[in-house]
Amino acid sequence: MNELEDLYREIILDHYRSPRNRGELPVPPAHRVEGFNPLCGDEIVIFLDVRDGAVHDLRITGRGCSISQSSASMMSAAVKGRPVGEVRDLVRSFKSMMAIEELPGDDGEAPEGSDRAPVDPGTLGELGALQGVVKFPVRIKCATLAWNALVQGLDEIEEGVDDA
Amino acid sequence: MAAVTSVLDVGALKKDFPLLTRGDGDPPLVYLDSAASAQHPQAVLDAMDVYYATTHANVHRGVYAIAEEATRQLEAARLRLGRFIGAPHPQREIVFTKNATEAINLVAFAWGRQNLGAGDVVVLSEVEHHANLVPWLMLQSELGFAIRYLPLGGDFHLDLSGIDRLVDGAKLVGVTAVSNVLGTVVDLDPIVTAAHAAGALVLVDGAQLAPHRRVDVGGSGIDFFALTGHKMLGPTGIGALWGRAELLDAMPPFLGGGEMVRDVRLDGFTPNELPWKFEAGTPPIAEAIGLGAAVDYLETVGIDAVAAHETALVDYALERLTAAYDEIRIFGPAPDPVRRSGVISFAFGDVHPHDVAQVLDQYGICVRAGHHCAKPLMRVLGVSATTRASLYLYNDETDIDALVDGLATVRKLFS
Repeated sequence: MNELEDLYREIILDHYRSPRNRGELPVPPAHRVEGFNPLCGDEIVIFLDVRDGAVHDLRITGRGCSISQSSASMMSAAVKGRPVGEVRDLVRSFKSMMAIEELPGDDGEAPEGSDRAPVDPGTLGELGALQGVVKFPVRIKCATLAWNALVQGLDEIEEGVDDA
Repeated sequence: MAAVTSVLDVGALKKDFPLLTRGDGDPPLVYLDSAASAQHPQAVLDAMDVYYATTHANVHRGVYAIAEEATRQLEAARLRLGRFIGAPHPQREIVFTKNATEAINLVAFAWGRQNLGAGDVVVLSEVEHHANLVPWLMLQSELGFAIRYLPLGGDFHLDLSGIDRLVDGAKLVGVTAVSNVLGTVVDLDPIVTAAHAAGALVLVDGAQLAPHRRVDVGGSGIDFFALTGHKMLGPTGIGALWGRAELLDAMPPFLGGGEMVRDVRLDGFTPNELPWKFEAGTPPIAEAIGLGAAVDYLETVGIDAVAAHETALVDYALERLTAAYDEIRIFGPAPDPVRRSGVISFAFGDVHPHDVAQVLDQYGICVRAGHHCAKPLMRVLGVSATTRASLYLYNDETDIDALVDGLATVRKLFS
């Protein structure tokens, strides 16, 4: 049962039962982006309002397992109000905690990863609770679903992808 | 709760299955995923080991003793499998394939390419596994025929009320014998009658039937029957297509290569005779022999006893689950000795099936969570996934009780 308690920490279940920043934003000005895991049917829709280089607001809808939905909720709380650069750093730290190393050039930036120090989950605040997911490899995709959608949304905004 | 009166001595049977009696401090497995893949009795594993250790050689080629023995064992497995499902001419009509999926692809691409074109109609059903959908969708994009679907009724049985209209003008009706999601045992007789009256052939996906019920392909009136070995106690990598000899004879080959030809010239080839015409390349010899041993095992236990045992156990499971949990919703027909298999799909409140399965795994309980390769059916049911427990001859009340107990933790964690 210990592994189970490691996976389903109370803070995770709290975000699952009471998701933060749930809902939609008008598009435009917000940008809408979807994440979908065809294997298990998890889906996340993020409404992202980026202003002056920061995540001014975001709302999330979707359905899926406790890990995908709580991770999305915790992510929304962690990135709201923060500059896009910091948000991207946080995404990298989170994915590193999920044992996912970005391959050089994956995100279009210069490789910088090989000598990066391992992320201390303590520095991720609440998000550190999701570290238990690493022991359950099939669930890592659930935990990272919202994060990948967020990055896609930020990229699309920077590239000026039109919602209309 | 009344105990299950079983015709099988499951306690004794379980001892035949090494994985179900594993030691080394691991908790005993509560294996409830046989609809995905069954476990193997020692006799099946031994049959393959003995083959490899004593007489492995390529088949249908060598004149030396062990090659002849390998060939004899492969063909003996074909004969045993054919007799097990009631094939009138097992030595000609049983084509070994990789699995049921390949068997259906064989029909689609050998028979279908020869017989279907724009303006033609194929009838399938809404409950089909992707294995009996995607080959036809692939071929449809090539040939342009229409596909119609037998709908699912509110009682989780196929709604056959409009079947005469649906099969009108059809050249083939392809339908599963048992839904791998719902546990519905499809009433094939009216489908065969309607299809043949319309001049259509009938292909049956028997992957979920052959392991659990007596099959009589010869007497059933159907034309093609697909099965897979690993769901009926055999190894992976081996399945079979049964087809009426005259239909198989008239079909062009499916895959080309060695074994499937009688003669090859630089300007053409002459196909081999049945069934080897459809068996290109070296076949999975050990796997076929393992499947033969699995058939022997099922016949020794008695396939009718297997069916009766599963019927009693699924009744017990449905009763216990629904009595214990108001929040459980079963996607499948009511208990029925004939029209209900041992597959139990359910929703547990609004807890995602992956969470249900994850919690159960901590107790050694193996259930399936997902769309079960039946995404169109998931859409009909209005869900993205279900949790599925499926039964076989080696399951008993203790497995069901463990499932019911495990779900209490799911409730505690997520409510």
